[in-house]
Amino acid sequence: MNAPAPALGCTNTPVLKERGQREVFCGLTGIIWLHRKMQDAFFLVVGSRTCAHLLQSAAGVMIFAEPRFGTAILEEKDLAGLADAQTELDREVDRLLSRRPDIRQLFLVGSCPSEVIKLDLHRAAERMSVKHAPHVRVLNYSGSGIETTFTQGEDACLASMVPTLSATAEKELLLVGALPDVVEDQAMGLLAALGITKVRCLPARRSADTLAIGPNTVFALLQPFLGDTHAALTRRGARHIPAPFPFGAEGTTLWLQAIATEFGVDPALFAKVTAAPRARAEKAIAASAQTLSGKSIFFFPDSQLEIPLARFLTRECGMTAVEVGTPFLHRDLLSPDLALLAHGPTISEGQDVDKQLTRARAARADLTVCGLGLANPLEAEGMATKWAIELVFTPVHFYEQAGDLAALFARPLRRRALLAPLAPRIEAAE
Amino acid sequence: MKLTLWTYEGPPHVGAMRVATGMKGLHYVLHAPQGDTYADLLFTMIERRDHRPPVTYTTFQARDLGGDTATLFKTACQDAVDRFAPEAIIVGASCTAELIQDNPAGLAGSMNLGLPVIPLDLPSYQRKEGFGTDETFLQIVRHLAQPCARTEQITANLIGPTALGFRHRDDITELTRLLAEMGVGVNVVGPMGSRPSDIARLGAAHFNVLMYPEHAESAARWLETNFKQPYTKTVPIGVGATRDFLAEVAKITGLPVKTDTTRLRLPWWTRSVDSTYLTGKRVFIFGDGTHVAAAARIAREEMGFEVAGLGCFNREMARPIRALAKDYGVEALISDDYLEVEATIAALQPEMILGTQMERHIGKRLGIPCAVISAPVHVQDFPARYSPQMGWEGANVIFDTWVHPLVMGLEEHLLHMFRDDFEFHDDAGASHHGGAHKPRDVVAEAAPAAADVAGSMPDAGASLGDSVPVVQPSGQIVWLSDAEAELKKIPFFVRGKARRNTENYAQTKGVTAISVETLYEAKAYYAR
Repeated sequence: MNAPAPALGCTNTPVLKERGQREVFCGLTGIIWLHRKMQDAFFLVVGSRTCAHLLQSAAGVMIFAEPRFGTAILEEKDLAGLADAQTELDREVDRLLSRRPDIRQLFLVGSCPSEVIKLDLHRAAERMSVKHAPHVRVLNYSGSGIETTFTQGEDACLASMVPTLSATAEKELLLVGALPDVVEDQAMGLLAALGITKVRCLPARRSADTLAIGPNTVFALLQPFLGDTHAALTRRGARHIPAPFPFGAEGTTLWLQAIATEFGVDPALFAKVTAAPRARAEKAIAASAQTLSGKSIFFFPDSQLEIPLARFLTRECGMTAVEVGTPFLHRDLLSPDLALLAHGPTISEGQDVDKQLTRARAARADLTVCGLGLANPLEAEGMATKWAIELVFTPVHFYEQAGDLAALFARPLRRRALLAPLAPRIEAAE
Repeated sequence: MKLTLWTYEGPPHVGAMRVATGMKGLHYVLHAPQGDTYADLLFTMIERRDHRPPVTYTTFQARDLGGDTATLFKTACQDAVDRFAPEAIIVGASCTAELIQDNPAGLAGSMNLGLPVIPLDLPSYQRKEGFGTDETFLQIVRHLAQPCARTEQITANLIGPTALGFRHRDDITELTRLLAEMGVGVNVVGPMGSRPSDIARLGAAHFNVLMYPEHAESAARWLETNFKQPYTKTVPIGVGATRDFLAEVAKITGLPVKTDTTRLRLPWWTRSVDSTYLTGKRVFIFGDGTHVAAAARIAREEMGFEVAGLGCFNREMARPIRALAKDYGVEALISDDYLEVEATIAALQPEMILGTQMERHIGKRLGIPCAVISAPVHVQDFPARYSPQMGWEGANVIFDTWVHPLVMGLEEHLLHMFRDDFEFHDDAGASHHGGAHKPRDVVAEAAPAAADVAGSMPDAGASLGDSVPVVQPSGQIVWLSDAEAELKKIPFFVRGKARRNTENYAQTKGVTAISVETLYEAKAYYAR
């Protein structure tokens, strides 16, 4: 562990940029985890029946009594005149807020159709904020597929919140990115043990948990896809602490180390606080590394987590990366991870799915990480796959989840080994 | 603008995908942004398909909008034809592309692709998935079907089955067998399983079997007008409907009805004394029009249920479903708003729901058992085993499916006799719904043994009954505490009905405070 950084990392590896059909979700999908994280927020997509269908399909069978997201479906008459659409939206929001007094934050989420007809949701949000203040704050962002890819929706959402944060001159740490509460609590616990207690999280669990920001704020990103949020925070004077992302024992340690250095934590204390959880993580990873070691992996672009995950799997689990695809390569945020990723794999950005499938079939990696639309077809061709979406829906950050993260990748391989007697005759849908 | 939290149907281009994915040798070039590819996972995950749906998405982005999205479309078309070598392509726009008005039909038509190009005009802001399947299949048939001589043997086309259909795969097998017993062959099955070249020879059949009016009624009418092919009007789901269907086939073909009913078990299963408990069970039926109409007839005539209410989510079927409801003396609910469906069910307090996966969830919340009879589909609706809805085997499958969620006859008596037993208390639920079993902790040392009764269906029937409040201050009617206590003694699976009947009775009699006497007067009043 903590093998020295490779002499030749991927920092200067030329990137294969592709443009063509993409097999990824749009930014609306982020609503599925964001609405669970922000417990008094409602996400109102202004879009089409397709948007509504996407959300319920991506959310799978998770149908609750009344979910905290919905779609204001544009109809023929809304498309005829725009003034009309604003009035219609006001009416739907009034109705929604009167029925749901528990809602304190409302996000108007732009979609492909609302962007194309140039429905001004920013103006709508300002108007509604005035009308429903102080009980409800109304914000807007775009999760449209013509502008955002999958996790970029969370980035757009968080970035929309930054201008509304109050100002402070205090030296504080801001953790940025929506993680499950249990994981966030672990991170807070570790930081507290290091003596760093003035810590806040964006997004907060409830809108009443006030966040403040200023020139003495430093922030650490929990997810690699938060480029716009990074820019928005920087504009407010906050300073980013660059670090590899906290996946695996090494990633978590380096991420904590960067913060500890910023806050001048005594190295002895750092070693004392991190030793036990780090050892636990390494032990848990080792269990899965037995399965993963020596195996090759191919990433289709999906969540932008691909480069940090490739770093984790190659350095801590002994895998070899063949291709690491990402929808968007944010060098500013990913340079620490790129430097640690040994030279070798193709780094690709964007997608032309049919060409990439040809490469994946030629490579026949031991494990292919891809979206749900591709997984069963590739399995039917005899390739082991890992659903990428599970990586954003499952707690995978920090020490205590490092073993789970490795296990997510090991499980498809273990399963294939268990089912070997039934292969190679695979019956799938006609 | 309409606020929608959940929708029974997707947009119309998803209907077109269901047709294209069911077929072979056909490719769909869809002018759409990247997010629309989510629809692929419906097919690869829910239906466990081993191929990607044959769809190319042009994937235009915001930066393309000021520029040349038309060229993007043409490039995608050419690439799809070169890569997949289809026999024909269908072209269309999703909701966003409809707004940018690139005219996919005109663009593809001008390209000399050397194969049939079938344009689709699916208005995304007016219509839904069901319209998309029906219209797409109609256009495919119009463009590809050629006049041809009838086959020597009497044959039929089976039309309507698509990808992501509710048991379409097995209905085809069952129907093929039923027709074979009559001496009728199958010419083409479509869209599911057919190629464009098969569609070309639809005209060779003597008649069409319209399996699902939702997906192929327009095509059936077109074939009737243009190829003089009659089509069957009865959907053979249920024993009576299957008999009527065979009679209809006999009438069309002039062949005598010949069928082997030795495999049909429903009539005896429902007459056997154990089924006595099914008598008069009040059911609420909701789903697509075709399956609802079939289920209503089975419920009343073949299971001995009472239809307490019915409805459908697809507006295209509103007229027949309203007529049907009239025949059953109930109000039809035509709605795609599940909250409205839930409110209706809560008000009717049926003893069972026959619905979609959404009604199964509603049933869980309200403590009412539910059997699934219709799309929208869920991964559970694609069982590994043979499990049709149509024909004789379909009737058997339906009997089993509908009876399973209910508390069984003898068990009902046991619950009555031992209702104070720690294992039979209100929250225990039906024993065959294992995971739901929650022993009451009155006898601390006895409870742990019962806690081991855990089955394999953790999501079924969870907490039956505990969402039925004992005191329901509906309107101005108040339950007095002794009546409330008495109501609690009634087993949970009939308590909702008793409460509702008593309140109705009180209302008609102008009683505002329900006592034990009111409760039993109401019981006598409603006694059958």
